[in-house]
Amino acid sequence: MTGTNKQTSAWMSGNEAIARGAYEAGVAVASGYPGTPSTEIMEYLSTYDTVYTEWAPNEKVALEVAIGASFAGGRALATMKHVGLNVAADPLFTASYTGGRGGIVVLTADDPDMHSSQNEQDNRNYALAAKLPMLEPSDPAEAKKFLKLAFELGEQLDTPVMLRITTRIAHVKGVVEQGEVVSPSEKPAIEKHPEKFVMLPAMARRRRLHVEERMAQCRQIAETADYNVVEAGDTKRGFITAGVSYLYVKEAFPEAAVLKLGMCWPLPEQKIRDFAASVEELIIVEELDPFLETQIKAMGIACRGKELIPAIGELSTATVRKAVDPDSAPKNLYEPVELPPRPPNMCPGCPHRGIFFTLSRLKVFVSGDIGCYTLGFLPPLNALDSTVCMGASIPMAHGMVKALGEGSHDQVVSVIGDSTFVHSGITGLINSVYNGSAATLIILDNRITAMTGQQPNPASGNTIKGEAVESLNLEALCRAVGVKHVQVINPHDVPNCRKVIKEEVARDEMSVIIAQAPCVLLPELKLRKPVSYYTNIDNCVGCTSCIRLGCPAISWTPFKEGEAEARGYKKSQKGYSKIDEVLCNDCGQCASLCKFNAITRGAPKE
Amino acid sequence: MSDIRNILFSGVGGQGILLASELTAAALLQAGYDVKKSEVHGMAQRGGSVTAQLRYGKRVYSPLIDPGSADIQMAFEMMEAVRYLPYLNQASTVIVNTQKILPPSVATGQATYPEQVLDELTSRNIRVIAVDAFTIAKEAGEVRTANVALVGALSVHLDVEAAIFEEIIERRVPERFRAENMRAFAAGRVAGGN
Repeated sequence: MTGTNKQTSAWMSGNEAIARGAYEAGVAVASGYPGTPSTEIMEYLSTYDTVYTEWAPNEKVALEVAIGASFAGGRALATMKHVGLNVAADPLFTASYTGGRGGIVVLTADDPDMHSSQNEQDNRNYALAAKLPMLEPSDPAEAKKFLKLAFELGEQLDTPVMLRITTRIAHVKGVVEQGEVVSPSEKPAIEKHPEKFVMLPAMARRRRLHVEERMAQCRQIAETADYNVVEAGDTKRGFITAGVSYLYVKEAFPEAAVLKLGMCWPLPEQKIRDFAASVEELIIVEELDPFLETQIKAMGIACRGKELIPAIGELSTATVRKAVDPDSAPKNLYEPVELPPRPPNMCPGCPHRGIFFTLSRLKVFVSGDIGCYTLGFLPPLNALDSTVCMGASIPMAHGMVKALGEGSHDQVVSVIGDSTFVHSGITGLINSVYNGSAATLIILDNRITAMTGQQPNPASGNTIKGEAVESLNLEALCRAVGVKHVQVINPHDVPNCRKVIKEEVARDEMSVIIAQAPCVLLPELKLRKPVSYYTNIDNCVGCTSCIRLGCPAISWTPFKEGEAEARGYKKSQKGYSKIDEVLCNDCGQCASLCKFNAITRGAPKE
Repeated sequence: MSDIRNILFSGVGGQGILLASELTAAALLQAGYDVKKSEVHGMAQRGGSVTAQLRYGKRVYSPLIDPGSADIQMAFEMMEAVRYLPYLNQASTVIVNTQKILPPSVATGQATYPEQVLDELTSRNIRVIAVDAFTIAKEAGEVRTANVALVGALSVHLDVEAAIFEEIIERRVPERFRAENMRAFAAGRVAGGN
């Protein structure tokens, strides 16, 4: 590898720094599936022309693409959020045996505190289980440095390497030094290495030995590596820590001796023993599971960890300080004041709203999935009854109907977005057809992976770099897997949605409704000439049917005592609704519901 | 760690908090400070209550502001100025945009927007600087410069020369709105100085 480019520093998020690191490391192929907090890595990386980047339909595919690129001799990166690694676990555990040719780095972005996730699993456990080295940076600058190190280490030891970040690294901005760009000295080319590429039992048994040998070698490297570093200090109380927790320790106890582990698996046992022997009291500070603590206790070293440090949620300087030194906690903090909550909401003009409005009026169990539409759970729609993981909506609805027995097909409806359907919904649908399910499926097709910030998917018709491609025909796909009843509807026409959904729910055969309208946040929709609906207040009778849509652009003004009559309304009218024309996104769902001609579409504004 | 100053940005998703906190960070970096900023994306964003946490000083470790330690809160909406009260202390300054954005429960008539919500701060002797950023922006000739007006108000309370901010705004905003943004920034500084 040869080096070019000069050093400068820049202000970057952890995700931006990792993308820069991948560019500097000469990555040939990068594949990922969007998932907070990992999404922006691939978005930033796609702006570098020398790196091939793509959105894969799911994380398993992304990792398999990376493994293939490595087998061809290129450096490869796969990015995903923590729960995405569950989907990619199958290739991960065997890639641990095969290794590759070019380095493979698997980036997992964990989400302690579940800012935007359904669980807060600690993916350090995957490194242990899959017998892979894992590096864990503390901030954006280290994230870039460690990504490059991961490639070097992986190629040295013939192993994929995991890089674990968390929300407070991914979405934290800090100063990052830009480094040299290395360009691979050899071009990828076919080489056959069946002894490590073909994991039939005979070969796998031999590679199993390699796994143990390289992990032993990696433990040796960990003993001397400068990223596992002892920072001398007061030895009365010493800390072992890693990742973002290191920053909290440094700020809470700046004088203390610290062993900072940049590699959280495998562990440098001798270095840990020496450090433990040098301090009077040893405390392990880590977010989520007692991962380091369990291993260090298994070495027979006395220490305290989770008996002090919370195992749930994110840490902070204050939590660490209070946990270790309860008397130092600040007194007299202000208590929060009770205020109306401001939860996230579907956007004005969101095509999902009318569907959930309709579902909320049917007495069905709505088996939901992961995406913006999970917000259909919130009031006033309250129209989502379960969410477990990507793609689960369809098989769960099937399972419910089978458990409920004969004639229960009209009690359960599943809803899934286009991106989630392509991610892992299709196999569930095949199962429903194969095993005779009659629960209706609604695909909320807004042509984009919206929740994570509008990333294109196979149904969008373009790639991460914006190139036009054939878009996946969901209707044809559903028919091809054997669904006889497929209807495509416009979700903005709420009365028609109600008619079609009622019809299909009643049907005693598998049916799919594709509710098709683009996400209002799509750039092409934002460029439209703004047209908004407006309220003819005189015609409003205060029936609240538009209010019950829960659109952020529609608000309710209650009448004061006697005001209704004074303004010429019926005495019993309690108030009126009004559309905020600035917020309105021209979907017309409210107008389709209004029976009193109180909502009209305006003329296009100049 | 006493040399570290903490700025908490709060508001409603879509109000331009990201740009305002970016401009502020850029100015602080140019003034020679170490700066870290933390924000949350994804599900937590969609029109909900959002924050960005910015910390600066000689050397900043943690990206998160501890409860009771925000020196300045820059609130883009009145109720969002009060929601993060546990982050404030008696010496905190709250700069607040006098705008009301109704949360869903209020918009649908299930709850009411608290009257005189800022009293929750002043009654606790917290210094409140109210800025009508919308009017400033309108007078500057472009309503979308409200967040730059707020950066102007904030800039008065930071140890950074106005010229650094002006240079950064000039570099970061689109050329066709440059004059409007500069006017909004200047008027924001006046409003923030009270």
